[in-house]
Amino acid sequence: MSPSPRQAVVLASNRIPFARQSGPYARASNQDMLTAALDGLVDRAGIAGERLGEVAGGAVLKHSRDFNLTRESLLGTRIAPETPACDVGQACGTGLEAAILVANKIALGQVESGIACGVDSTSDAPIAINEGLRGVLLEINAARSNLDRVRALGKVRPGQIVPEIPRNEEPRTGMSMGEHAAIMAREWGIAREPQDELAAVSHRNLAAAYDGGFEDDLVTAYLGLERDHNLRPDSTPEQLAKLDPVFGGAEGTMTAGNSTPLSDGASAVLLGTEEWGAERGLAPLARLVDAETAAIDHVGAREGLLMAPAYAVPRLLARRGLELQDFDLYEIHEAFASQVLCTLAAWEDPVFCRERLGRDGPLGPIDRDRLNVRGGSLAAGHPFAATGGRIVGNLAKLLSARGGGRGLISICAAGGQGVVAILES
Amino acid sequence: MTDAYTQLVSNPFGGFVARNLGLPRPVELDRHRPGAPLIDGRVLVGAAPGGRCAAAVAAVLAEAGTAVDSRLHDEVRQALGAAAIDAGVWNPEAPGAQRWKGLVLDATGIGSSGELRELWSFFHPTIRRLERCGRLIVIGAEPGECPAPAAATAQRALEGFVRAAGKEVRNGSTAQLVRVAAGAEGRIGSTLRFLLSPRSAYVSGQLVRVGAGRDVPEVDRERPLRGKTALVTGASRGIGEAIANVLARDGADVVGLDVPALSGDLENVVEPIGGSAIAVDIAAADAPRRICDALAKRGGVDVVVHNAGVTRDKTLAAMDAERWEATIAINLTAAERINDELLARGGLLREDGRIVCVSSMSGIAGNAGQTNYSTSKAGVIGMVESMAPILAERAATINAVAPGFIETAMTAAMPLGPREAGRRMSSLAQGGLPVDVAEAIAWLAAPDSSGVNGNVVRVCGQSLIGA
Repeated sequence: MSPSPRQAVVLASNRIPFARQSGPYARASNQDMLTAALDGLVDRAGIAGERLGEVAGGAVLKHSRDFNLTRESLLGTRIAPETPACDVGQACGTGLEAAILVANKIALGQVESGIACGVDSTSDAPIAINEGLRGVLLEINAARSNLDRVRALGKVRPGQIVPEIPRNEEPRTGMSMGEHAAIMAREWGIAREPQDELAAVSHRNLAAAYDGGFEDDLVTAYLGLERDHNLRPDSTPEQLAKLDPVFGGAEGTMTAGNSTPLSDGASAVLLGTEEWGAERGLAPLARLVDAETAAIDHVGAREGLLMAPAYAVPRLLARRGLELQDFDLYEIHEAFASQVLCTLAAWEDPVFCRERLGRDGPLGPIDRDRLNVRGGSLAAGHPFAATGGRIVGNLAKLLSARGGGRGLISICAAGGQGVVAILES
Repeated sequence: MTDAYTQLVSNPFGGFVARNLGLPRPVELDRHRPGAPLIDGRVLVGAAPGGRCAAAVAAVLAEAGTAVDSRLHDEVRQALGAAAIDAGVWNPEAPGAQRWKGLVLDATGIGSSGELRELWSFFHPTIRRLERCGRLIVIGAEPGECPAPAAATAQRALEGFVRAAGKEVRNGSTAQLVRVAAGAEGRIGSTLRFLLSPRSAYVSGQLVRVGAGRDVPEVDRERPLRGKTALVTGASRGIGEAIANVLARDGADVVGLDVPALSGDLENVVEPIGGSAIAVDIAAADAPRRICDALAKRGGVDVVVHNAGVTRDKTLAAMDAERWEATIAINLTAAERINDELLARGGLLREDGRIVCVSSMSGIAGNAGQTNYSTSKAGVIGMVESMAPILAERAATINAVAPGFIETAMTAAMPLGPREAGRRMSSLAQGGLPVDVAEAIAWLAAPDSSGVNGNVVRVCGQSLIGA
């Protein structure tokens, strides 16, 4: 491929600590949290009053009133109100996809700077009225006479008072994401022990990151919370082994400990050209080199819902002429420990690599000591659209701090999608 | 087709009683139906490190479209991927509800007694997950070919494992060892297909040796004997009739043979399958000439099945010379003479010819009251072993099947005690059917069985007698 004329660099990032559902952020709205994350970034980068090229972001669970969530949040910050904003949505891939969108505009020379951001609240979740009641209310609204309105009102039934609560459910299969992941875990023969081990390492790494001050310029306290609410520094595989399975039935291997909890939180990443950053005294942390998004057929074909990254990465590697082992760091979103382990198993498997990827041989194993070295979603929590920003900010800083290198990001998303990207410093 | 006892224990109450009294609980065996898949379920495959048959196993399963699983880091996955099998994953640490119709381990890589642990690792977590009428197959190397004594020792040990496993698998399942000579990996297809399929319903605890042989030809799996002419002696009834029917089903042009007195029965067998008949007493002096003349008129023969046989039972002390002579003459000498004439006439046994003999468990274990019969049937084994190298020179093969207790008019006439003992004293705890013997013969007769030569395969449900 021809090299792009210029590449976007990550200049700074910020997030609020992530909270468990109905925890410290129970009353905070998506707009509240996103505004806080953006304002924190403004402070950190010193860009108050700046007109940026674009702010792109989104939320997975969104109220209908938040049709312009990013723009409305921006207007509550000290970013110049003349900065345009757009809402982006790709389920759990939203945060990373937003970063790719902004980076592409920068690479094409359409903008010089921008922010990619994401937020989600599972506490302040939108609740819709019952579909039957909605039909009646729409009918009343359309009625021309009072008599018609009364007639329509007569169609209201007691059962219609039950509201529609958003569910973590795949629309086309009716199964929760956890159940889908449990099927994958079963198909790949992922045992309980390595899942618990991965979760324990995630907590250990994130706790060390906080203790060592690594998170100091990545996280800004919010509503009294200074560290991620879900983080259990003393988590051990032995303790995790005591939990009962929550997905996959009694024989299942997936527990509340090795699956991400429903969470609240927001993150934001400042991107720009190197020149734009230099003019503002912002050193580039890492370049966003390339990205790939893949989707699989989890409905018709028998591919696992969260296996798309396993397809996206090899495509990206092929385009860049890289091997899976050519990375100094790997950030694989830990939606479920089993998702990470299935992905790694698939890349090592001659059958998957041949039959599903059409490769001659497997991609091979990765050095597990380079994986999620400052913790992952199992420890931090996973406010859907905020995860991408957390990971991009985290990896950019890691690469910069080690004086250069190459990192891989892999994020699975609902609907059988996967977003992956390469950062280099 | 099942006996009354098998039917009884197949119902819930009978099964309950048999279970609690520790009685045998035979199940109705799956048998081949034309058009059915090779094996009706998933197959788990594995390989001990350093094995050499994974590609051949994968090729068989890929062609059959069988759903396959394996352990994730098993060497066999390389071969499965290369064979375009989208194999599932099995991890004993995360067992779930997986079950298999077949378990196949390539144990050719086992080179020491310590490495026999591979048998335990593969089968220990899976043997109870074998479905009804499942298949447990171990593929080993020829001990005689192993350069190191430790490897030869370990390879010989596989036989004991398979025989014991055959006695442990339940629900009509079977266990077999296939020994593959170096360089004969590509010859195991027909044997593996037979042993995986319901065609081998009543074959268990057997050792099949696959060696060099001519290149395996392309074969129509539904009609492997298409275009082949097959002579079946003693074809008018019982096992012979089943052999004629199965060979015809597999596409052969069948020439049935029996004594003139049974011409009517013989016609009734060959007529529906479009075959032809030769009425001749095989013990007669001119029989080989007349048979070979008849075959020459048909342009030669591809498959000869020496099935005709008689019993003339008496304890040796009470046996007159006529009983002895007749039994040896019909069961052994006649086959020898026909073979000699056949081979003497150059190309009468056509290229890639097959001779399949019917021996008997009596020939292996010996049976009181059957010194004559046991002698003749052991002689058949000797004939197979001694003739195998001669036929190999002509790119042909000679093998035998040794039936155990087969449900025929002859066994139906046995007294209840010996009959029930004959049925139940086997791993499958039931008698076999004539078609079970016929299926084994059809496998040995098939053009793609060129690597199977000089074998004696029992069709006995792993009878405890003579094991």
